[in-house]
Amino acid sequence: MRYLAEYRDADIAKTLIARIKARATRQWTLMEVCGGQTHTIVRQGLDELLVGAVEMIHGPGCPVCVTPLEQIDKALAIAARPGVIFTSFGDMLRVPGSDCDLQQVRARGGDVKVVYSPLDALALAQRNPDKEVVFFAVGFETTAPANAMAVWRARDLGVSNFSVLVSHVTVPPAITAILDAPDNRVQGFLAAGHVCAVMGWEEYEPIAAKYKVPIIVTGFEPVDILEGISMAVAQLEDGRHEVENQYVRSVRRQGTPPARALVAKVFELANRQWRGIGEIPMSGLRLRPEFAAYDAEQKFGVAGLTVSEPAACKAGDVLTGRIKPPQCLAFGTACTPERPLGAPMVSTEGACSAYYNLARYRTAESTEVTP
Amino acid sequence: MSASVNPAAMSCPAPLEATDRVQLGHGSGGRLSAQLVARHFLPHFENPALAQLADASIVSVAVGEVAISTDSFVVQPIEFPGGNIGSLAVHGTLNDVAMMGARAICLTAGFVLEEGLSLAVLDRVIAEMARASREAGVPIVAGDTKVVERGKADGLYINTTGLGVVDPNFRPGPSRARAGDVVIVSGPIARHGMAIMAAREGMQFESAITSDSASLAPLVNLLRDISVDVHVLRDATRGGVASALNEIAVASGVGIEIDEGALPVPGDVRAACEMLGLDPLYVANEGVMVAFIPADQAEAALHALRTHPLGAEAAVIGRVLASHPRIVALRTALGGTRVIDVLPGDQLPRIC
Repeated sequence: MRYLAEYRDADIAKTLIARIKARATRQWTLMEVCGGQTHTIVRQGLDELLVGAVEMIHGPGCPVCVTPLEQIDKALAIAARPGVIFTSFGDMLRVPGSDCDLQQVRARGGDVKVVYSPLDALALAQRNPDKEVVFFAVGFETTAPANAMAVWRARDLGVSNFSVLVSHVTVPPAITAILDAPDNRVQGFLAAGHVCAVMGWEEYEPIAAKYKVPIIVTGFEPVDILEGISMAVAQLEDGRHEVENQYVRSVRRQGTPPARALVAKVFELANRQWRGIGEIPMSGLRLRPEFAAYDAEQKFGVAGLTVSEPAACKAGDVLTGRIKPPQCLAFGTACTPERPLGAPMVSTEGACSAYYNLARYRTAESTEVTP
Repeated sequence: MSASVNPAAMSCPAPLEATDRVQLGHGSGGRLSAQLVARHFLPHFENPALAQLADASIVSVAVGEVAISTDSFVVQPIEFPGGNIGSLAVHGTLNDVAMMGARAICLTAGFVLEEGLSLAVLDRVIAEMARASREAGVPIVAGDTKVVERGKADGLYINTTGLGVVDPNFRPGPSRARAGDVVIVSGPIARHGMAIMAAREGMQFESAITSDSASLAPLVNLLRDISVDVHVLRDATRGGVASALNEIAVASGVGIEIDEGALPVPGDVRAACEMLGLDPLYVANEGVMVAFIPADQAEAALHALRTHPLGAEAAVIGRVLASHPRIVALRTALGGTRVIDVLPGDQLPRIC
């Protein structure tokens, strides 16, 4: 496990925690953008270890969480059709749509399969020429190159029974939207290392300069995240606001040009709804017109479907750091991990589900067992 | 028409003998059924009780309490590195009996076969089942076979029931965990689930991950032999160690804290879990148990367990606390804490 053990080393991590605490003259508010980083922070309890020096707000970078209800409902509608094999990454299966989720569609007879790569879905289409195979192309810039590659290869190979339901979002417009909010509290960002491995960090430089916030390109292991936080705190204490790269083993300033080029050939920027947040201009990717034949929305005629989000769910306020999950009236009552109302309650790293478990623990901790 | 037809020479063609596949006729109760039993099952499962082929088998049981457990096995693929559905069906039920501290004395097996199943596969399943039963010293004394139409089952399903004699002086139970107990895990975790997933998805890792499917009875016997006061035994099957601990925390009304750094996770299993975004704590085992034992007897228990190959990597992974009842918490390597909850459903691979 080279390159993993080193970045999980408890001694290095403890040194970094001590350094952050020593450096911070006040509590700073940082946002980790990516769900993968939230996962590490929650799993390792890093936020708890940094109390007093740093408050971490879990950002909107969980693709499961921000995929709009509308796209989920389109997925459910397509997956329920006879003759369709609907493929998806595993964690989309439990995301609730308006009245059910993909697992329930499967139980009712829909053919829903978990795949680990869009290219697996393409291969499935080649093996099943009498079926329509659809891949749910969600995610940030990270998953865009593989999804672009699947569409590109489908065209090259002349596979006409393959299409993608696109729900791609991009990070920089989300950061800008958070910073533009009048009640924004975020003072610095940990940018998502894998997004930058594809895209580089040039597009973050004007954001850091305009809003005077440090942005640190950060990896996903505990030591990565603590180092990223340490760099952000140092900038804030110094009054600097630059883009810095913590994830040097994977990210260069220009990203990965061949991957960017492929994404640009297959996708174009478009307005995109974010679950709980609403529409953010030019924050998503859609297929270019020349790839319309691979667009599942058009192929299955679901493009016109629009739905509104449940009013009780305050996922948007949570994802932008405006409120903490327990401040939502539905939290723990109408909305639990068993019956999630919004996506942040679905995945274990979703902010709401993380708080839900923590709250259970804190409540129980204060209770002693009576023998 | 010629007048020289000899009616005596006219007869229906004799039915074809069994082919290489299971046919509906194998479940008819007729000659094919008898052949299936005589040629495929009996040679492997040879024992006096079964050889009677009566409506029920008679076994002798010492006077006292018996433990009974039943389980159905529907694993896909049927064969996987480290075993097949046959050995799994024996180990799974034997382990459930062993977790009550009981000594298993016999098993029964019910088979649901899908028309078209390869008889060669069936033979391998039966052979593995017989091997597991022989190694455990627990005979399969009764059985049943049904055949369903193609498409009505997934190859074959097996149900096994196990009967064991309870030792009145050795009565672990899920509600007996107490503050002051330590939590011992008997071996490396998450192997079975990852072996199945790798086989199912056709994933290639540097080395094949093998299932840990095994009878835990020898380990339970070791603990019984040294008279350790074992409060709880639980085999960490579906839902993994995390789910087993949660069930115990709730049943006993205690808090459990485990140490991330103490969990024995083999390197290849950890790598596979990392790739798929799975947590080894929730991945199924078929030859791993957790044992709750008073802290002052932990050393003796570990020492005993480690004398058996299956327990060579037995380790203390945590403790029972009076605080946070019914909650399992994990102390991370960095000193943070997180709650190890029960999963609402299957563990799903993550996007990122």
